[in-house]
Amino acid sequence: MAAMLRIVNGSIHDPANDIDGEVRDICIKDGKIVDSLPENAPRLDAGGTVIMPGGVDIHSHIAGPKVNLARKLQPEDHRRDPHPGTDYTRSGSGGTVPSTFATGYRYATLGYTTVMEAAVTPLGALHTVEELHDTPVIDKGFYVLLGNNIYLQNLLKEGKQEEFRHAVAWWINRTKAFTTKLVNPGGDEPWKGKRNSNVTDIDEKSDLFNVSPRQIIEAFVKTVNEMGLPHPPHVHCNNLGHSGNYKTTLETMKTAGDLRIHLAHIQFHSYGGEPGKNPDSKAAEIAEYINNHPNISCDVGQVMFGKSTIMTADAPLAYLLRGFNKGKWVNADTECESGCGILPFSYQEHIFTHALQWAIGLELFLLSGDPWRIMLSTDHPNGGSFMSYPKLIRLLMDKTFRKEEIGKVNQKAIAKTNLPALDREYTLNEIAIITRAAPARALSLKNKGHLGPGADADITIYDDQEDKEMMFNAPRYVIKSGEMIIQDHEFTNDYYGRILHTAPAFDEAIAENIRPFFEDYYSIEFDNYGVADNYLHEHEIIPAKNS
Amino acid sequence: MADNIRTVKHATCTFCGCVCDDMELTVDMDKKVITKAKNACVLGRAWFAEHHIEDRPAAMIDGKEVTVEEAIEEAAQVLAGAKFPITYGLSDTTCEAQRQAVAITDIIRGTLDTTTSVCHGPSGLAFQGVGESTMSLGEVKNRADLVIYWGGNPAESHPRHFRYAVTPKGMFIPNGKKDRTVVMIDVRKTPSAPVADILIQIKPGKDFELLWALRAKVKGKKVDPKIEEITGVPLSTINDLVERMKNCRYGVLFFGMGLTMTRGRHFNSGALLALATDLNEFTHFVAKPVRGHGNVTGADNVVSWQTGYPFGVNFSRGFPRFNPGEFTTVDTLSHGDADAALIIASDPASNFPKAAIEHLKTIPVISLDTKQTLTSKIAHVAFATATYGINTTGTVYRMDDVPIPLRPAFDSPYPSDEEILTAIRKRVHELILSRRGARGATGEAKVASKQVL
Amino acid sequence: MAKSESMILIPGRTSKQGTSLNKGKLKDEYIEVSTTVEMNLDDMTRLKLQEGDQVRLSNEIGSTVVRCKGRKPEDLPAGILFIAYGPPSSQLMGSDTAGSGMPLSKHMRVSVEKVSA
Repeated sequence: MAAMLRIVNGSIHDPANDIDGEVRDICIKDGKIVDSLPENAPRLDAGGTVIMPGGVDIHSHIAGPKVNLARKLQPEDHRRDPHPGTDYTRSGSGGTVPSTFATGYRYATLGYTTVMEAAVTPLGALHTVEELHDTPVIDKGFYVLLGNNIYLQNLLKEGKQEEFRHAVAWWINRTKAFTTKLVNPGGDEPWKGKRNSNVTDIDEKSDLFNVSPRQIIEAFVKTVNEMGLPHPPHVHCNNLGHSGNYKTTLETMKTAGDLRIHLAHIQFHSYGGEPGKNPDSKAAEIAEYINNHPNISCDVGQVMFGKSTIMTADAPLAYLLRGFNKGKWVNADTECESGCGILPFSYQEHIFTHALQWAIGLELFLLSGDPWRIMLSTDHPNGGSFMSYPKLIRLLMDKTFRKEEIGKVNQKAIAKTNLPALDREYTLNEIAIITRAAPARALSLKNKGHLGPGADADITIYDDQEDKEMMFNAPRYVIKSGEMIIQDHEFTNDYYGRILHTAPAFDEAIAENIRPFFEDYYSIEFDNYGVADNYLHEHEIIPAKNS
Repeated sequence: MADNIRTVKHATCTFCGCVCDDMELTVDMDKKVITKAKNACVLGRAWFAEHHIEDRPAAMIDGKEVTVEEAIEEAAQVLAGAKFPITYGLSDTTCEAQRQAVAITDIIRGTLDTTTSVCHGPSGLAFQGVGESTMSLGEVKNRADLVIYWGGNPAESHPRHFRYAVTPKGMFIPNGKKDRTVVMIDVRKTPSAPVADILIQIKPGKDFELLWALRAKVKGKKVDPKIEEITGVPLSTINDLVERMKNCRYGVLFFGMGLTMTRGRHFNSGALLALATDLNEFTHFVAKPVRGHGNVTGADNVVSWQTGYPFGVNFSRGFPRFNPGEFTTVDTLSHGDADAALIIASDPASNFPKAAIEHLKTIPVISLDTKQTLTSKIAHVAFATATYGINTTGTVYRMDDVPIPLRPAFDSPYPSDEEILTAIRKRVHELILSRRGARGATGEAKVASKQVL
Repeated sequence: MAKSESMILIPGRTSKQGTSLNKGKLKDEYIEVSTTVEMNLDDMTRLKLQEGDQVRLSNEIGSTVVRCKGRKPEDLPAGILFIAYGPPSSQLMGSDTAGSGMPLSKHMRVSVEKVSA
């Protein structure tokens, strides 16, 4: 591949630069998009195609300890979906938790070039980085789990706000994370220490730390916003999956005030009804709150029918789900940091709850007042594989298809929603927003999610087709950092992308405060903890907003 | 000479699966020996003391010294030319080397297996069947008030395991061992027995029966008193253990190869994992196989993330397939399938079943090892390599999947496993691509990152 | 004619094996460790064996000659033999893994007989 390329005749969808389906040239030089190129630069005729920036997935589970446990757990899932190698690419296996190589190549075959792993324990960060090195094509980063961190909760208990801020920044630096992740804040200690119980109310204080989930959320929102991290705290609210949990979700959003917060897989947090009884939809209430609060962003966590794998730091939730079928289940406790639960799962059209979850996700998309803040995800592989994104896009773009699909599912569930009345169809530009431009903006990735000069030359070129599922399933060309990876639907190259992380400033003295705690309660040496610089290889530090 | 003494702090011992990373090594840089390994156990002290630079050729073909380059070329030709090449070993090397070994096997469409298959492979199969409630070792230190060892002798195989699980004071275990009950279940009274508060001696080969009786009792079912005749364990002992398990705050079951290598194999491990899972209806309960070699857990992780399966993987169709009993090394050798073998940091010629060893002697073997072994003696191509953790950096996974970086003590004149395997990987890729007539492919990925594949 | 008796052989790891392994598997110390079998003292008396006597262990797979070493009955039950893994125990190990990849490496039924000097 030449260092220069001019792509001509394609229809450009670049919403970040207000370009909606115009035919323009795109010029690439040395891996970046540039204003212009000499006339004799090589050309690619992209007539009849739709061109978008490479996709950006803001919330997915693709690498690290829990993902690898889930891979090992399910040979049956890989067996039915092999991933052959080519002369250029490694082989692997697919299913809902593909091998690292298959993960990278398959994201590429959908036109995605940047993916964020959404939940990594600090102790597992090194493992995650090793897997990310074996995940080809995409650029990648991860969010570090700090919402149940015992050292940090002790600081909150003692009211040490300043030390809390330095410690959070220390952990991000030490692990090479992109931002902080909170999962069921405050829920680990009752799970591990009080016979598998859980926290049920956002204002319930833990006996041990005398802090409530709300206080934890508040502290992180305040701290991370002060630090100006490229992405705010990424929050998996309490009570995921429980009937009536929308109240917790609304309270979580209120806790942020007007500060930035990102709510993960919000579909799983938009249920009405009484705890322990059948849920109903509160998509309208949740969507309305988000529509009216520009400080909030979220990804939907759409449920797609078929095989999925539940993998979550929300261990009590996984155990609850395990109770339905009593099938194989993994629990994995990480000292001082996190819990984790994993089990194979399947969403079925005829089951009331599953159909309701599917419908609520679609409602949220269709009620969204701002595609820049309600983004596409399936919480891969929890709601379904990322490989189902093309079908999800068709559900959003094609109301006739959507109606047919609604007809196939549990109608009692549909009756609990307003889905049949929603006629909205997403446009190509709106799809470009929810799958690349918005996630890039929410992550403050200035060189991603758009095609203006200076952007990374991560470009996806789709054949313009009526069937949007077909179209988004198989881009004709995928270009990563200026390299042609997929040409005429075939891999022509292999490529390994960068690790994206952030490095907020902090007072180094905090490390010496953490050290004695660490030596007492962890099982490895303090100096061997985290991800050393020599593990990063090619990487990019995304600057803090106020640095 | 005293000037040339170096101290390496927070070094890691890679001898057993405990992967203790609190070593303080005193190194005589002139003599290239570790003169002292503070904090090491008896096995660790021997590991550090005995790995000095030996005077042997870096590479040999059929017992004759050759250059490393010549040996790499020969190894690549053998592997690329074989119809059923196998790769085996890998538990005593870094994850970085393991990644290269999987890549080689993928490229040559060979069969990949690790020492897991003859160690806790059955526990891996059990894991796929029933899952596992598990933890990092620090959780045991901080929380476990009931610690059960089954079919293992950590005092001899993992001497410092007790520093994670028995003796340490933890967050909710302020008095260390005094706050814990330790139970040891085994067929013989091993040197680990003194650490136990309760010792249960079971008849050989009756682990499954005892585990199933415990599961039944946990679920409130009746158990026939004849269980004592079968297992050697009285019903009253079973009842007492069940009450302890249900009433503890944080219980853990560690298990060894006394379960996996004996009658019942993966059924034994599965029954134990299921027992731990069942107990979560009453309290928090976890289980963990006590893994053997230094980085066998890393091998499981690397092979799983690269192929989807933990061991026993075949690439002959161009993608990974998993079939223990067919693609595991004892089977590929004793059935006479393999026609070439790449053996990394392992010695099947001394500890495999007789039939497997006999076949191994009939095929070209490529060996990478830090010491001479029976396997390197019969190898067609034998590489002497640097010792991981003593001479090389890299990453090693402790038995609880916690990754730990290595801090080497002194340089070795020998190349690392990773360097040899990377060179073989590049060369077999060239050979295979030229055979397929692929255009433009060079065997090298375009990389943003410089050190990845 | 020496008396032969059926017993259960359990190979396993020992500290001595672990430390000698580091010196090298072809060194005398390792060879000595892996060629010593532990036996219940009562069994030894019955079989008229003295500490250090050579015994032949054999089964349908093969046979090997090792030296025996006594253990108190409360530490090692009657009818059970313990040996550190190594080339001698491999001689007795069957290669059938029953579809698991794992040969039966512990709990091997062997017949034991004294080797006349």
